[in-house]
Amino acid sequence: MIKFSEIKKSLWVSLWFMFLTFPVMVIRVNTIENVIEWRWENMIFIGVGSFLFSFVWRYLLKQKEYGLKRAEEGGDIRPSLAQRILRDRKIFAPALTVVGIFALLFPYVFSLYQTNIMISALIFVMLGLGLNIVVGLAGLLDLGYVAFYAVGAYAYALLNYHFGLSFWILLPVGGALGMLFGILLGFPVLRLRGDYLAIVTLGFGEIIRLILENWNEFSFGPSGISNIPRPSFFGMSLSVHDSTIFIYYIMIALCIFTIFVVNRLQDSRIGRAWIALREDEVACQAMGIDKAKTKLTAFALGATWAGMGGVMFAAKTTFVNPASFTIWESIIILCIVVLGGMGSVVGVIIGALILILLPEYLRAFSEYRMLMFGILLVVMMVFRPGGIVSDVRRIYKFEGSGGAGKDA
Amino acid sequence: MDYFLELFLGGLTRGSIYALIALGYTMVYGIIELINFAHGEIYMIGAFTALIVISVLTMMGMNTIAILVIAGFIAVIYSCAYGYTVEKIAYKPLRRAPRLSALISAIGMSLFLQNYVLLAQTSDFLPFPNLIPDFTFMEPYAHIISSAEVVILITTTIVMILLTVLIKFTKMGKAMRATSQDKDMARLVGIDVDRVISVTFVLGSATAAIGGVLIASHVGMINFYIGFIAGIKAFVAAVLGGIGSIPGAVLGSFVLGWTESFATGYVSSDYEDVFAFVFLVLILIFRPAGILGRTEKHTV
Amino acid sequence: MPSLEHPVILDVRGLGMNFGGLRALDNVDIDVREKEIVALIGPNGAGKTTFFNCITGLYEPTDGEVIISPPGRKSEKINGLKPNIVTAKGLSRTFQNIRLFQNMTVLENVMIGRHCRTSSGIVGAILKGPATRSEEKAIVRDSYAILEKIGLDESVNEFAKNLPYGEQRRLEIARALATEPFLLLLDEPAAGMNPQETLELDDLIRRIRDEESISILLIEHDMKLVMSLSDRIFVVDYGRKIAQGAPGEIKNNPAVIKAYLGEDVDA
Repeated sequence: MIKFSEIKKSLWVSLWFMFLTFPVMVIRVNTIENVIEWRWENMIFIGVGSFLFSFVWRYLLKQKEYGLKRAEEGGDIRPSLAQRILRDRKIFAPALTVVGIFALLFPYVFSLYQTNIMISALIFVMLGLGLNIVVGLAGLLDLGYVAFYAVGAYAYALLNYHFGLSFWILLPVGGALGMLFGILLGFPVLRLRGDYLAIVTLGFGEIIRLILENWNEFSFGPSGISNIPRPSFFGMSLSVHDSTIFIYYIMIALCIFTIFVVNRLQDSRIGRAWIALREDEVACQAMGIDKAKTKLTAFALGATWAGMGGVMFAAKTTFVNPASFTIWESIIILCIVVLGGMGSVVGVIIGALILILLPEYLRAFSEYRMLMFGILLVVMMVFRPGGIVSDVRRIYKFEGSGGAGKDA
Repeated sequence: MDYFLELFLGGLTRGSIYALIALGYTMVYGIIELINFAHGEIYMIGAFTALIVISVLTMMGMNTIAILVIAGFIAVIYSCAYGYTVEKIAYKPLRRAPRLSALISAIGMSLFLQNYVLLAQTSDFLPFPNLIPDFTFMEPYAHIISSAEVVILITTTIVMILLTVLIKFTKMGKAMRATSQDKDMARLVGIDVDRVISVTFVLGSATAAIGGVLIASHVGMINFYIGFIAGIKAFVAAVLGGIGSIPGAVLGSFVLGWTESFATGYVSSDYEDVFAFVFLVLILIFRPAGILGRTEKHTV
Repeated sequence: MPSLEHPVILDVRGLGMNFGGLRALDNVDIDVREKEIVALIGPNGAGKTTFFNCITGLYEPTDGEVIISPPGRKSEKINGLKPNIVTAKGLSRTFQNIRLFQNMTVLENVMIGRHCRTSSGIVGAILKGPATRSEEKAIVRDSYAILEKIGLDESVNEFAKNLPYGEQRRLEIARALATEPFLLLLDEPAAGMNPQETLELDDLIRRIRDEESISILLIEHDMKLVMSLSDRIFVVDYGRKIAQGAPGEIKNNPAVIKAYLGEDVDA
């Protein structure tokens, strides 16, 4: 039963939002023809929408407070559905097999168009996993991640253009250059606290983009570089159709490689140091961890994956220009990490697939994409900061006292 | 010499606009230690609201001075309302959450507001009428400084003085200072901390809206994206002066304004926006506390 | 009680710390000997935690010297070194307001303590060769052994944030022990503990000293605990050392009583 006071509250919220959105949503001025367009229907949408939405908002807030209180009282916290699936081998192993077979057969079941979309999604899976090292594990908010992606893409485009080097040589070179730039950026920002770091990295991303746009002799300016070759298959060049499928499999392999490496890192001495750094910088240092070195490795490793992702991007589109590397790309990658769950590999993969594939298949709503991403970031942070799949820590089992550790 | 003076005064004008926006960053940071990423968007919404009001009033045939005053007034009201609402939705539920969460929420808010204006209005640049008339007594100096620039400088000065009075001498100002020192302590002595935070957001939004109207009318066009770059530069100014310090924000803004003005005047205008970023990186490396900032003593 | 024959392992001479115009510490001399439990007491705001922060590298002291002489190693000056280097040299601490890694498990918290005593890097982590594997195994084994000693082996896989308050304090001690210190600095270890937990803590601190041969320097407000545990006590007030000596001497020292006047002196 909804109480009267609740309805009254929602009515006020609804009135407030109708007032708030009035000039921007209702009035549109055409300054060229000097006519004003009054869109009263928008006001009705806003009124009804915010009235209903305020109920949902309050309900969710109450749920969250209830959850927090229960956690504080030390009540047991029920693992989420996703966590239970991940822990249960009986469900997890067959699920993984099905996903694996699906991924392998994908290009033969679906059209070339779908395969291309999937390649983009996989590139973003890789980028998400890379950024996850920096943001999710080490807790360093990097808003200029796209800069390393650009470094990789331009490395392939330019080194191929000038020296004719092949994709297979430039894939690791792109990763290495990404790492180099990660270290270059890492050094000056090491001493910065979280929020300054966000702004400086954002600035760094923009500087790289502005340089690519303005330094015509180096980067060919806004028009970019075209006719970048696709990867060759043992020296043979393939048709567009075959090479797309080939790139798809390269991406699958790269993603598996990334997942493997990130998984290993997460449960290693270095990975634990990253998480400790995220949890408490002061305590982390006091426990003997070199803060500067740990931050730098996170930055460098994260950037390596962006560099390789950039090479793949250039190879896939055969064209690069600065417009592909705006701050919004950085924010989309951040959304992937936040939605999926900071620190969680499976979460980031799911996040990337949802955020990249959904807008592709909901073309009708594509203009609302960034609007939705904005809402998503706020709503996730307010109601579910852990993401879809929150970080699952490794469980150790001990038999008897002092027994050697075995992981479950 | 005239060229130098022109650049100097141009830098001063630029600086005073940055100052109006930087104040919002610095006040909010002083109170809740959060970079309000959406602050630049509040400024943009102020400018848009003003443009909409101006267009409506012009078609109703009002005279320019009255239009400027009314539009400015409504823009301030709306920016304040947006600032207030943004805080309630995106930051208040995260008061006790880790800093990273609040920061990401702020970025989300910024992204949302930009696209909200983009979708509800337009992605094109809109012409913004120049409402500040050219005063006749300014004519001899017109090659150095325009009437609009004079108005901007005077308005900024008045706003600064009002703000200083408010913070130094009113009860609310005292509560704000107390809250920025120690939130828990302030709450214990009976200060309504939530209200202080709301007032801070509203005040910051008001100065940003004034800045928005002034610069829009000076530059002559706006779009949904103007808040982003202006916001970042104002933030640089706030950090340069020492974030959390109000005189610092003003000083930092002037330094940045002059740097940009002279750098674009004497060096090159291609990289206009790069200067701010390079500047930011340099300050943060060599003097992270800013010009007037106190060195932070982290409590353990 | 260890005799005064034992060598000095921490020697702080003329330590001073300024914050802007504020003199938080002024000319403080303190020494700790091998196998000794030393308490640092004083009213709130006397500068005790600042003293810890200066010694462990979180602050760089304005003047004075901090010299360590770890058993079996040469003496060296450590002020101005980074906190992680100080920890690697064998000084480890806990915090007044618990600073655990909340979203890591109890075991992982202790494993972090092993970081500075182990060495595998990124390449090792990715390839996971035999050296890395055995190091990783040793980390888990050693960390578990410490938890057993501290009595937290029941909750190895709990998140640190879900532990009761008293256990969180003990986990901080376990984490500090994992760094293999020769001197353990405890900042108000009994704060927020009930009498039963305090008794257990008393026992634990003694065991650490006796079984591990680790010296202990602690800040504490619980006078009963301080008097029962300490071999020697230093008293600071307004950033200056006002007294030092055995518990019996401190109890009757007029300067100490004056400093505590108005505060609860249940000694």
